[in-house]
Amino acid sequence: MTRNRPPLALVVPAAAAALVAVTPIWYLVDRSLERGWGQVREELWRRRTFDLVARSLGLTAAVTIASVLLGVTAAWLVVRSDLPGRRALRVAFTLPLAIPSYLAAFAWISWRPGLAGFSGAALVLTLVSYPYVMLPAMAALSRLDPAQDDVARSLGRSRLSVALRLTLPQIRTSVAAGALLVALYVLSDFGAVAAMRYEAFTWVIYGAYRAGFNPSRAAILATVLVLLALVLVVAESRARGRASARVGSGTPRASTPVPLGRATPLAFAFSAAVLVPALGFPLWRISEWVRTYASTDVDLGDVFSALRQTLMLAALAAIATVALAFPAGVLAARSHSRLARSLERATYVAHGLPGIVVAISLVYVGVRLLRPIYLETPLLVLGYVVLFLPLAVGAVRSSVEQSPVRLEEVARSMGNSQHAVLRKVTAPLAAPGIGAGAALVLLTTMKELPVTLVLHPTGTETLATRLWRYTSVSDYANAGPYALALVAFAAVPTALLGASFNGRRHGAGVQ
Amino acid sequence: MRTSRTRLLTVAGALALLAVACGDDDASTGTSAPGTGGTNAPATGTITVYSGRSEDLVMPLLEQFTADTGIEVEFRGGDSGEMAAQLLTEGGASPADVFFSQDAGALGALEKAGMLSTLPADLVSVVPQAYRSATGAWVGTSGRARVLLINPDLVADAPTTIDELLDPQWNGRIGFAPSNASWQSFVTGLRVLRGDDGAREWLQGFAANNPVAFEGNGAVRDAVNDGQVAIGLVNHYYVYEKIAAEGAEAVVAENQYLAAGDPGGLVNVAGIGILKSSDNSAAAQALVEYLLSAKGQAYFAEETFEYPLIEGVALADGLPTLEELAPPAIDLSDLDTLAETQELLEDVGLLTR
Repeated sequence: MTRNRPPLALVVPAAAAALVAVTPIWYLVDRSLERGWGQVREELWRRRTFDLVARSLGLTAAVTIASVLLGVTAAWLVVRSDLPGRRALRVAFTLPLAIPSYLAAFAWISWRPGLAGFSGAALVLTLVSYPYVMLPAMAALSRLDPAQDDVARSLGRSRLSVALRLTLPQIRTSVAAGALLVALYVLSDFGAVAAMRYEAFTWVIYGAYRAGFNPSRAAILATVLVLLALVLVVAESRARGRASARVGSGTPRASTPVPLGRATPLAFAFSAAVLVPALGFPLWRISEWVRTYASTDVDLGDVFSALRQTLMLAALAAIATVALAFPAGVLAARSHSRLARSLERATYVAHGLPGIVVAISLVYVGVRLLRPIYLETPLLVLGYVVLFLPLAVGAVRSSVEQSPVRLEEVARSMGNSQHAVLRKVTAPLAAPGIGAGAALVLLTTMKELPVTLVLHPTGTETLATRLWRYTSVSDYANAGPYALALVAFAAVPTALLGASFNGRRHGAGVQ
Repeated sequence: MRTSRTRLLTVAGALALLAVACGDDDASTGTSAPGTGGTNAPATGTITVYSGRSEDLVMPLLEQFTADTGIEVEFRGGDSGEMAAQLLTEGGASPADVFFSQDAGALGALEKAGMLSTLPADLVSVVPQAYRSATGAWVGTSGRARVLLINPDLVADAPTTIDELLDPQWNGRIGFAPSNASWQSFVTGLRVLRGDDGAREWLQGFAANNPVAFEGNGAVRDAVNDGQVAIGLVNHYYVYEKIAAEGAEAVVAENQYLAAGDPGGLVNVAGIGILKSSDNSAAAQALVEYLLSAKGQAYFAEETFEYPLIEGVALADGLPTLEELAPPAIDLSDLDTLAETQELLEDVGLLTR
């Protein structure tokens, strides 16, 4: 497949996925140009726009770098070192992914209002998003061939030198993919920057809605974010280059853990320094809310019905997203044609957009083209697909990339149709990626707020909308149980993601 | 809160019975009148309410409305500004019948876009002109006043104007909530009253006095009550909420109302408008009428301690009347420049960090 034209059986559904993902662009262009190019220039060509872009990029850079440092270190410790309890730590390090950024930010700011600003925003965003780097780094580390390390060591290289000069370059592509997700996440986040009152670019976009009541200004500003996202996506794919599958024959032997020796306490100190603020602190705050207000009579029936809705929506979103992501992910892994690359990049574009913009763009498309499902479950699920497609595309791509093309070529040569190869060879090979992608979409959907708030079917409530409903009026008495339920249930797929790396199995890749 | 609500509902139920008993009279005498006000043509069916006001607050009243009128309500909650964006994007195809907004600005935006129908004059005339749209596109349903919340243990001689707050004796002793919409609409009012330069001058003086930022009005209130700061810039009802929740003995903080006409004493409203695209405007009007009825107004006065906007509804204990307050004279539709206010606040360093 590498040299041939990409098969239509993949291109058509992948194109469909890309089309879904760029729905917001149609809206953005239409709304932006509503009042002509003059208006666009007037909105954008201001000192303030440049300042804001700079502030957003500054935050994005800081969080991405910090996430890479934390994520790679944590991944190396739990996959390659002999740190005691590393299996449990794998799960623990992954769990902050289950905590919504708005909740984490609120936990901090209501405790110490002085944290407001860049430092607070950077802290919270790093603590909730470093797992996006750690997971692919763990996957990449666990499939490295230890024989190379042995050779380097035998040539007199120190352990540190091996880690930096041999290991790091090999996991570079995986780390870059994770870093891209972090960067897009930071670029589009509003919950954390709003709580921390850091004037990022999303701040003005939300301001255009909430204070300016001006959706067309919001659309113009959001277009800038799309362009920034595009730059990041292209930069990442340049940095990624081609993922290299292992070339040698046979199976690499299981790697022996690197002994930490006297550095063990240091490794534990690092783990505590990450886990206490990322996991312990928000959980402590939530339990405070629940405990302090235990006297109020929260209707548990309401909590369960919101939970049921949340789980159902998250499951539908995971199924729909993975189904659409599969062809795009396989295509991205197997074909290096310009078309395949463009389709893959297209799926990432909306990931740089704040949720409210995606939500309003689906309102736009919904009332015009999809009136029968407007404010119904299918449109909401479509919104989740637009938002989270890249998470699943990346997961599928990385796990397919790790399996040799040879297998598919052999299957083809034995007279199987392209379709049959996809079904009988590629899909099973991609299974770990599909599972990881589904788990990621599941948990991010559970946390998602802006799109859910705008598009939910009238009368249904999810844990996130309930949480918003109470925290928006500072009613922590009632918010507590919903926060607890949300984090507890989002923790299940999260823990599975963390636990799925057993150090030997190949390809459980999340990229 | 729960018990006071139950009690309230009991009272409301009794009132409803009374209303039904009296309502028979209306029906027999008023059949000849044209049903513009919705009083005489009994509306039915379902209406969809987009609400920027919290569901917890509004829902008990809407449920009572359904019980009294038989009109079903579909409720969608969200941020007022984002709901306005949704409505503007939906345009004529909107499934919404009414928009119940937390503030006048979002209603003003829909009014400007021509999406709101004109409310019948006899329906809205019960509300003073200052608290409704000049064109009849929307009407205020309850009011909230800006006040200084003071801790009497720390403040001997309470200021009554915002300019006194710039005195160095308050350096580092004033709490405010920079992201709060009511604080921001006070600043918008200040811009309207004193011009952009005058507002900037006051804000710079205020910033130089090192006010302490909190994440919300509730946190400001608690800080005043705990003596962490001496004065808080909040809405009038926050102290009442705390008294209702924790009892009067737990609360030392007191409202200090501002001098007549001082910009700091702005009274803003939550309000409602009917969408032109509504396919059941009779039922929508019935809801507006219900919210402006003595019963609807009493609900806001008792449940949120906000100001009722019609005559003859009792205020929360100790609350001065709107006439006594004498808030600055401002056309609330002029408060629609919130975006510019936020830029000014960012500029003087009072909003973001």
